[in-house]
Amino acid sequence: MIKHTRRTVIALAVGVALMAAACGSDDSSTTTTTEADGTTTTQAAFEEGSTMARIKEAGTIKIGVKFDQPGFGLKNPTTGEVEGFDVEIAKLIVEAIGPDVEIEFVESVSKNREPFLQDGTVDMVVATYTINDTRKQVIDFAGPYFVAQQDIMVKADDTSIKSVDDLNGAKVCTVKGSTSEKNLLAKAPQAEVTLFDTYSQCAEAMTDGRVVAVTTDNTILAGLVDASDGAFKLIEAPFSDEPYGIGVKKDDDAFRSFINDRLEEIFESGDWASAFESTLGAIGLKTPEPPTIDRYTETPPAPTTTAAN
Amino acid sequence: MDVVVDNLDVFTLGMRTTVSLTLLSFAVAFVIGTVVAACRVSPIPPLRFAGALYVEAVRNTPLTVLFVLFFFGLTKVGIKYPPFTTAIIVLGGYTGAFVAETVRAGINAVSQGQAEAARSLGLTFGQVLRIVVLPQALRTVVAPLGGLFIALIKNSSIASLIAVEELVFLTDDLANDTARAIPIYLGAAVAYLLLTIPSGFGFGLLERRVAIKR
Repeated sequence: MIKHTRRTVIALAVGVALMAAACGSDDSSTTTTTEADGTTTTQAAFEEGSTMARIKEAGTIKIGVKFDQPGFGLKNPTTGEVEGFDVEIAKLIVEAIGPDVEIEFVESVSKNREPFLQDGTVDMVVATYTINDTRKQVIDFAGPYFVAQQDIMVKADDTSIKSVDDLNGAKVCTVKGSTSEKNLLAKAPQAEVTLFDTYSQCAEAMTDGRVVAVTTDNTILAGLVDASDGAFKLIEAPFSDEPYGIGVKKDDDAFRSFINDRLEEIFESGDWASAFESTLGAIGLKTPEPPTIDRYTETPPAPTTTAAN
Repeated sequence: MDVVVDNLDVFTLGMRTTVSLTLLSFAVAFVIGTVVAACRVSPIPPLRFAGALYVEAVRNTPLTVLFVLFFFGLTKVGIKYPPFTTAIIVLGGYTGAFVAETVRAGINAVSQGQAEAARSLGLTFGQVLRIVVLPQALRTVVAPLGGLFIALIKNSSIASLIAVEELVFLTDDLANDTARAIPIYLGAAVAYLLLTIPSGFGFGLLERRVAIKR
């Protein structure tokens, strides 16, 4: 069953890649379309010194993605390829820089995303990266390209937890340092929180009865439910929005608005939806409406909370 | 670095947990180590074998693996301890294997004549070990035990894996919270140095205090 699903995902991913490639060449033969703001999306029209021009010149781009997040960025151990929605979005963006640009995917875990962008290890990060004001102090976000919602996963036979309020006084697991942890404590301050490094450990802890619920973005939970063979279920009572953005170096406004333009293009063309269907759709998520791009112009003030908890 | 200064309370909280984790597991390790070392030098073959088996099995397994096996594995057979207790058992058991080898080396360093003289006075094997050999053996291994203690301080960070809220656990959390990983981890490095360097001095002092004046 699992093997079958994986094969389907690969087949779909290959299909999308081929389609994307086809669309790409199609684009280059027809495009000299001028955008509303006067910039053309034709390749090789990049301004001298811009990030896009540098990448096109070099012919390679380094992109930070997760290697362990089913549905978004997961390294396939047999092929060595990284697969998922984030990966597809990254490919669609790079395609607009130049069809020949080679992508090198670099594994980015939550804690090295900002340093990687700051020191230039990667040119952009597409890694289930929630947009927030703390992060905007040190890097900038294009997007959002997806809005996840925080939900709750329980054992399939559990009927006691119906909403986030029921988590008060309950043993709940999430991943440390995540926005899920902060949202949980804001919405259910009396929850007894256990924090692990990975969600699979949370799932294990729930199997063992150490916790009664796991909470984080519905997209991640869907993957765990899918893998649990019916042992877990989602309660489908979302209590927060998590806009996923594309991280770029701070103040690289030209690159940021280039990515934003491209995102709107793929929202419009349907490439975004097919990327979703072939990846997250394959683990049971319904394709949503594309989100609205947030073209902020000023860095918001830093939030005052500093404590770890 | 202001991000570190602003969060000093988080670092001190983490250091406190790391210190209690280290002290408690070192106590466990010292007891286990001494008992296992005694087994390994005893005249009873099954005890010698059991001691050797324990040392080799534990010493040759990565600590991370032991943590996961104890925390997630034992629940599958119905044994369930909270994270902090699990961490003390695993760290104590692991370091105990190294303490055993260190203490055994100390016992072997005590000259044969001491034990022979004690036996000829009619002391039993246990008495020989407890009254004559171990007090001398332990004095000679204070320095290597200090090394194990410092290693234990650092090894205790692996307990973050099973949600023990010690220094590395809180550092990870803070780094993600503030989006400033480098200064935060530098802060953690300094915090560990504040624990390890005085420990080194402490063991140096202890070594001179208990040294046999010849």
